[in-house]
Amino acid sequence: MTIAAPRARKPQSRFTRSVAFAKHNPKLVVGVFLLGLLIAIGFLGPYLIDATDAAPMSVRPDQSPNSEVWLGSDSQGRSLLALLVKGIPLTLQVGFLAGGIGLAIGTILGLISGYVGGVTDTLIRSAADVMLTVPGLLVLIVIASSIDGFVQIEIIALVVASLAWMWPTRTIRSQVLSMRSRPYVEMAKLNGLNTFQIIVRELIPNLLPFLAASFVGAVGAAVLATIGIEALGLGPQDAPSLGMTIYWSIYYSSLLRGLWWWWATPVAAIVVLFVSLFLIASALDEIANPRLRKVGT
Amino acid sequence: MAMVARRVHFKTVLQRPYVTYALRRILTFIAVIWVAASINFFLPRLASGRDPIRSRLGQQAASGGSITGIQELVDAYSEKFGLNEPLYKQYLRYLWDVVTFDLGFSIASYPARVADLIQVALPWTIVLLFTATIFSFVLGTLVGAYLGWQNRKKQVDYLFMPLLTLSAVPYYVLGLILVYFFAFRTTAFPLTGGYDIGSRPEWTFEFALDALHHSVLPALSIVLVQLGSWALGMRGMMVMTEGEDYMSYAEARGVSPRTIFLRYGARNAMLPQVTALALSLGTIASQAVLVEVVFGYPGIGTLLYRSITGVDYFLIYGIVLLVVFSIALVTLILDLIYPLLDPRIIYSR
Repeated sequence: MTIAAPRARKPQSRFTRSVAFAKHNPKLVVGVFLLGLLIAIGFLGPYLIDATDAAPMSVRPDQSPNSEVWLGSDSQGRSLLALLVKGIPLTLQVGFLAGGIGLAIGTILGLISGYVGGVTDTLIRSAADVMLTVPGLLVLIVIASSIDGFVQIEIIALVVASLAWMWPTRTIRSQVLSMRSRPYVEMAKLNGLNTFQIIVRELIPNLLPFLAASFVGAVGAAVLATIGIEALGLGPQDAPSLGMTIYWSIYYSSLLRGLWWWWATPVAAIVVLFVSLFLIASALDEIANPRLRKVGT
Repeated sequence: MAMVARRVHFKTVLQRPYVTYALRRILTFIAVIWVAASINFFLPRLASGRDPIRSRLGQQAASGGSITGIQELVDAYSEKFGLNEPLYKQYLRYLWDVVTFDLGFSIASYPARVADLIQVALPWTIVLLFTATIFSFVLGTLVGAYLGWQNRKKQVDYLFMPLLTLSAVPYYVLGLILVYFFAFRTTAFPLTGGYDIGSRPEWTFEFALDALHHSVLPALSIVLVQLGSWALGMRGMMVMTEGEDYMSYAEARGVSPRTIFLRYGARNAMLPQVTALALSLGTIASQAVLVEVVFGYPGIGTLLYRSITGVDYFLIYGIVLLVVFSIALVTLILDLIYPLLDPRIIYSR
């Protein structure tokens, strides 16, 4: 009996492969789409509507959504739609900045701690564990309330970043620990690469999925902390960010007065933001660790 | 390796490695308290220079806060902190105060002591957080374990998306939504507070019932979000566990699917789940503060909020220190119990 030669596969176009990837990772697609929606509101919005309406006394206050102010206005005369357009980029900026810095610090510390080991490892690890136990929001509250005057948003970002490095450090460190004894690292050592070269050429490329997942997680945590601080009233009082909008809506008892659009708009934006970040992080987790795909969606 | 032989390894406690481990953990506990207390001490001094108390009180008076006896307050504190003494002496005095739980006086509500104010608010928070967290942890873990089981009913998978959405939302955001739909639109539940305005807290059955009624919505907003994240986490753990070799071996040996699920899968997946609980206590506490603010629930969270708006520094620091202390304590207890479930942990650190 003759054995048929394997049929040559038609080379798949990039489009076909992208579609297959998308079908395989629905969470990633949905997450990126939602995030893209928010980014679009933030960056395209100023071209479509008048973003200066986010300042107080721009429109008639306390209007429910109508044809003039699509998402209503608050008690100080700000248009909710303009607040969204201005506030989403602010929140995203702080989140990405703080998350990025936190991830950078965490990755460096995790790499050093995991690869070098020894006393350095013990020091870094203990520091991370101690800082993890302390609830970040409360430290932020202490810091924010100790600074005289108003807190600019960059300071908040820095402070949030200084509390966001611990979790990436732990994750990266445990990954590096398992990668340390892998054959390709041994080979690199035999080839004469020094520690720095090994870290950059061998470890980091293999860490990329974890870095990506940690980054999204760090951004989510940073946004959570920032909005929390602002909702308590410790943020820059004149910034049209989502957190401050929630703060004002609580301060002016929007719930009791039936001004549902005031709190519902930032809440909806926040929910969409967190769900999208969560989906992306979860999808990246699955890419990094394909076992997680087995059960469920 | 599977921990299937015994449920709880009591004998571990008596052995030497456990004692070393316990000592290490207690040391970390003290370190955490010390770091938090030091942040509390140095930060205000760094921010405003030499005499934080006088400048704070000055600010308070300037902003029109109604304080009586401001001179007595300044004198009492100057004597207490020995502001003429060198910094390290002040620091040592401060540490001693912390150890003896003396948190000082509240600025906004002088002559009330910080400890008194906290004492009134603390039980509310403890009851709310404690029950909500334990309930959602247990229920979430059970649901998550079931979601991760191969032989589950396939319809349960529909729960996945709602749980995912719920777990991604911050507690107080869900709280706002719940209040709108269940307290404003329909008046099934009260809008704010821990108890009806007008009634005074006392140990009667009616009051307890009323307090319970008021605590349903805040508790729900914590429970629903946490439920989602615990369930998702447990499901992830179950999936990881199912790939292990001993699971295939047990199946090959003919162990019933139910036993595999419970005694081989779930039991081992539980271990990282408990670790996750210990690590997330800080986040839960932080988020719960905001929940209390949204609901006007008379716990530590609202107290903190009031102290922030009233610029009552000593109260802020006192509360933060207390929360850090509680979290560190619970983490310590969990860490000491954990080796009873999985003795390997003693060696890994």
